[in-house]
Amino acid sequence: MPISREEVEKVAALSRIRLAPDEVDRLASQLSSILAYVGKLSDLDTETVEPLAHAVPLRNVLRKDEPRMSLSPEEAVGGAADAADGFFRVPRVLDDGTAA
Amino acid sequence: MQPLNLTACEMREAIGRGDLSAREATQSCLAAIERLEPKIHAFLALSPQDALRRAAEVDERRARGERMGLLAGIPTAVKDNFCTADGQATTCASRILEGWKAPYSAHVVERLLGEDAIVVGKTNLDEFAMGSSTENSAFGPTRNPWDLERVPGGSSGGSAAAVAARMVPLALGSDTGGSIRQPAALCGVVGLKPTYGRVSRYGLVAFASSLDQIGPLARTVGDAALLLQAVAGHDPRDSTSVPQAVPDYLATLEEPVEGLRIGVPKEFFGTGVDGEVERAVREALGVYERLGAKLTDVSLPRATEHAIAAYYLVATSEASSNLARYDGVHYGHRAGGYADMIDMYMLSRSEGFGDEVKRRIMLGTYALSAGYYDAYYKKAAKVRALIRQDYAAVFRQVDVVMGPTTPTAAFRLGEKTDDPLTMYLSDVYTVSCSLAAIAGLSVPCGFTRAGLPVGLQIIGDAFSEERLLRVARMYERETNWARRRPPVCEGKS
Repeated sequence: MPISREEVEKVAALSRIRLAPDEVDRLASQLSSILAYVGKLSDLDTETVEPLAHAVPLRNVLRKDEPRMSLSPEEAVGGAADAADGFFRVPRVLDDGTAA
Repeated sequence: MQPLNLTACEMREAIGRGDLSAREATQSCLAAIERLEPKIHAFLALSPQDALRRAAEVDERRARGERMGLLAGIPTAVKDNFCTADGQATTCASRILEGWKAPYSAHVVERLLGEDAIVVGKTNLDEFAMGSSTENSAFGPTRNPWDLERVPGGSSGGSAAAVAARMVPLALGSDTGGSIRQPAALCGVVGLKPTYGRVSRYGLVAFASSLDQIGPLARTVGDAALLLQAVAGHDPRDSTSVPQAVPDYLATLEEPVEGLRIGVPKEFFGTGVDGEVERAVREALGVYERLGAKLTDVSLPRATEHAIAAYYLVATSEASSNLARYDGVHYGHRAGGYADMIDMYMLSRSEGFGDEVKRRIMLGTYALSAGYYDAYYKKAAKVRALIRQDYAAVFRQVDVVMGPTTPTAAFRLGEKTDDPLTMYLSDVYTVSCSLAAIAGLSVPCGFTRAGLPVGLQIIGDAFSEERLLRVARMYERETNWARRRPPVCEGKS
């Protein structure tokens, strides 16, 4: 099933990716041809098959709930473009009603 | 003695006997890297001073009679999607992580250092391990040492080329749908993808979490076994790491498998296989028959085209989730000139990601989105279960499955970059093994008339690496492919 320009734009917005107009067209064409190829999966009868997400016989592997050392706050935010006092700094998210 | 011509196992013995120092071995490799890198571009980062310092330490400790690690003094390279907290950047060959320094090292990197290996640098890859040619690197492609106009394969192209060009005897790569095995085949080296869960993924930058595995690239089966031994095993920091004992791969390597039953899937010899590739692979099967193995025709009906379809839905879905973390906030590139938070995310990601990464994120997001999830992602996950069942049925009849690792030998740079689907089809024989979460390796089995390597793929059931290595060794013992050197290596050494 081919993917339309609108759908490409919608998916790009969900993926938080901005595309130039010619990129939208190119992706619509490329994704359509890939989706046409993967469509051959509908040849196969999978009515009674359980989806396989994880191929090894492990379930809910947890460790003991004991506090232990991890990265310090400085190390953890050290790779960020903007950080201060162990916090990541980001543009304002909420409008607090005062002057912008 | 020419250190560059030694295998890792020979180097280990020479260093152990005192005939070769870690410093000499490292210096030879660094000299080869300096000479060949301008032509090949296998590395994104090199740390020669650190490497020489560590080599000197290894020599001192050995001289004091200390017990040395498995890889003592052996120069090794790691793919640049493994976190290294030693001052080198970890970029995943992406602009979004350009210059990023990891605050911790991957489990396998810690294991290498613990076994006294000399890590000399980080190798080139397709961006975020997405690709089959290393052309998707944001920092330029790597060239195939056997023909510099051709690709080394991908995504572990840098690691494969570094080993093939004898810059280092050992390298680690990662394999999600074939990214160790395919470049190994195109570069004429041994590459092994272990069973999912055999090697810890802690510190491997995630692409597709249910498929990613780390494995060795080396010129010989023995060297691959040595490197696998060093890095395999349970790690509590990776909850998908399986607590299964690691056998001593080197101890049994020379024992042939008596009564070996080889399955030859007819689907692996379809119309897409190049004639010279098929001939080399069938000759290799002939060698096994002469050694007493029994060949049986088998069928893996969903292991080629359906596996590619399932893979490019499952892997891209997982990637769309894993790559959501690159948002300009926590690490890596943050764009300027944004209007608000969402704008910042969009600009940072659009500027930082290359085309293939964007394409896969979009495909995965689409496959998981409301209204499409059942038809795409869930369907692919069901087909994955079928593929696993197909292999289980085949392994009730045979011990291993064999066929070509790739449909063709190395293609030219730029040859497959216009149509993504054409590139995806280079993985047609490798993806099913990843989806089934079992083990597979590629071993060199000849050359085309143009002098390009051909790889034989050997696939085994889960946790059968020990047998896989012995089977590969049976063939390697009868042949001599590893002796041949790429033309670019000839000349002053």
